[in-house]
Amino acid sequence: MPGKIARALDPGVLRRLAAQCPGGIFLVTGTNGKTTTARMLTSMLRRTGRKVVHNRSGANLLGGLTAAFLEYAGWNGRIAADMAVLEVDEATVPRAVLELAPMGAVVTNFFRDQLDRYGELDRTIALVKEGLQGLRDNRLTLLCSDDPLSAGLGEELSGAGASLIYYGLEPGAARDWCVRDQSDHEWAVCPTLAAAREAESLPVANDSESLPIAQDSEPLPTVGIPTAREACFCRACGSPLTYRRRFYSHLGHYLCPGCGMIRPEPDVAADLVSGTALLAFRAGEKSWTARLPVPGLYNVYNALAASAAAWALHIPTDVVAGAIESYAAGFGRMEELTVNGRRLLLSLVKNPVGFDEVLRTVLEEGTGAAAGTGAGVTGAAAGTGAVLGAGATMVIAINDLLADGTDISWLWDVDFERMAVPGAVSSVICSGRRAHDLAVRLKYAGVEPYRFTVETDLMGAVTSGLRLLPEGDGDTLYVLTTYTALLELRADLTNPSRARRFWEV
Amino acid sequence: MSLELNLCHMYPEQMNLYGDRGNLIALVMRARWRGIPVRYHSVGPGEGGDFSGYDICFMGGGQDHEQQLIGEDLVRRKGPDLKAAVEDGLVVFTVCGGYQLLGEYYTMGGGLKIPGLTLLDCRTDAGTRRMIGNLVVSSSFGGTVKTLVGFENHSGRTRLGGEVEPLGRVLKGFGNNGEDQTEGAVYKNCVGTYLHGSALPKNPWLTDVLLLRALERRYGRFDLEPLDDVVEQAAHRVAIRLAGA
Repeated sequence: MPGKIARALDPGVLRRLAAQCPGGIFLVTGTNGKTTTARMLTSMLRRTGRKVVHNRSGANLLGGLTAAFLEYAGWNGRIAADMAVLEVDEATVPRAVLELAPMGAVVTNFFRDQLDRYGELDRTIALVKEGLQGLRDNRLTLLCSDDPLSAGLGEELSGAGASLIYYGLEPGAARDWCVRDQSDHEWAVCPTLAAAREAESLPVANDSESLPIAQDSEPLPTVGIPTAREACFCRACGSPLTYRRRFYSHLGHYLCPGCGMIRPEPDVAADLVSGTALLAFRAGEKSWTARLPVPGLYNVYNALAASAAAWALHIPTDVVAGAIESYAAGFGRMEELTVNGRRLLLSLVKNPVGFDEVLRTVLEEGTGAAAGTGAGVTGAAAGTGAVLGAGATMVIAINDLLADGTDISWLWDVDFERMAVPGAVSSVICSGRRAHDLAVRLKYAGVEPYRFTVETDLMGAVTSGLRLLPEGDGDTLYVLTTYTALLELRADLTNPSRARRFWEV
Repeated sequence: MSLELNLCHMYPEQMNLYGDRGNLIALVMRARWRGIPVRYHSVGPGEGGDFSGYDICFMGGGQDHEQQLIGEDLVRRKGPDLKAAVEDGLVVFTVCGGYQLLGEYYTMGGGLKIPGLTLLDCRTDAGTRRMIGNLVVSSSFGGTVKTLVGFENHSGRTRLGGEVEPLGRVLKGFGNNGEDQTEGAVYKNCVGTYLHGSALPKNPWLTDVLLLRALERRYGRFDLEPLDDVVEQAAHRVAIRLAGA
């Protein structure tokens, strides 16, 4: 709000504030991972003693960017900072580049997200490209090798004189993480993966063209129906891409049999030390390791993106490693809160790919399948191993306001079917403006009807969820919410007087 | 008599947007809850051309370049047989981009014209402003007047000819073109619509009409066992309220 007002009073305010950062401005954009990547990079820079402007709350439109600078501005309009690290909404990139004249940018990935705002994914990618073409010569552009959509920008930007740096996961990581085993059903009908499997002679779950998905022995009745996804096709020539390894969604090691386009070799690469949360990095002549304290493969990519940017900015590797190891998840990114002695994990969900990864992480923890594996970043999917616990207790809140995306169709591309696996969930409370749509989704995913209820009121749902937890410690309420529900819940949960009140309700 | 239905997902790699998967899940589950197994088939570019074995065909939405990729394959390779099957009563359900390709043509924003199947008597031209938002429609497709709810997101303006009936009348939202209050198109058992959301799970009556017509075509007169739709009906009512219809 202060940013919006300031811009209304003085349209040039952001331009003037930004011009005062002697060390330059770094942007982080892309569908998923903006907040975590930008926070990690900020922490790395601050550990070198730099004063860094950062839009911590995730407000990533022009108003939010302006507000971030205003926080660091003195009474005389002077900025007491060396640098700025800003996460920027994809559609805002062209304007942000114009006003901020950044020294570099990271493009994390492109997934389908809040399409109703931008129209189509193609349009989103075009906007980011258009923005990055405005970066001045030799400015840094960091792209994810493993995402053909992010990496695909490289070809078009290299002509514009950008200094390109790619980051990606190493084959060793692929060995451990190519684990869409249970969820791999969605590729069973994909000719590109069938071809990839043949090349790799990986086991094929079901290679018949027609999948008998309605047999009674089938545990997941809708197995075989592909989810909406991106980039199965080469954006240059339209041929289906072949994957040698696939980490999640369309991220992996790919090539195009049509025109020969291949995944660019990463300049900064990470590998996972088998069975641990220890990441081994390699960049040029340098190598270092760091233990990642937050779960999820998507967080490995975030740490990698931040490390690549830090490496490009000549931050010492021990500083990079230290920042990763002491990273505490914040603001609804698997954020841990304690409410009346109960553990509550709060996580933002906003699109199918991110939701799938959060769900996988929660169900691993909830069933105890990840016990003893540190941060739980091993790839073992829930439902593949022995089920130890009673299942997760969850609140899932879906709003459909502008900042959430007004179209909730994406719920049908989330792999809720994994929640129907016996022992995966204990109970689920559906909440938010679109709680009833979520309930329909869970019903059609095969979740037993007695396991889910609807309580549209957010705090009411969390109160009920906490009551469902067994007495004593050690159990967790997992709260997964869209953006506006997260803001509302977080404000209530972190306010002691309000938190106490809702607990007594 | 053991029953079964064969469901054909057309171009799942290319035409798959906005939760199209929900429509397939709804068809599979609502048949299954009645003890009728559904076999899932997929047909992509360069494949198939014989539609005689299918009971229900589904095609979802796609971005412009994906529609371009499959347009010619759809018309040349699938066209003749698919048209004959529709004349014979094949149930076809298409959404957004899939719907547009069943018409005579779709002219994209840049002026490029993709010829369609001419299965439905309609024509689509891209407009400058996207039509985005909740959509509520009144439809008598199943014989009695009922509501349909969902979400629309399209720049194409579709105009219907005399050979098709609209699927319904717009109560809230844009529908086919934002002007004439029509939404979707129906020819025999072939349906095109801009409703996603996903459409079929939230409009269980429509799912059941499609299933019933497919079963009757294959097995003759058929009685579809009613299901407990309390959860779906609650979502349907909320969707109408949130749309402000």
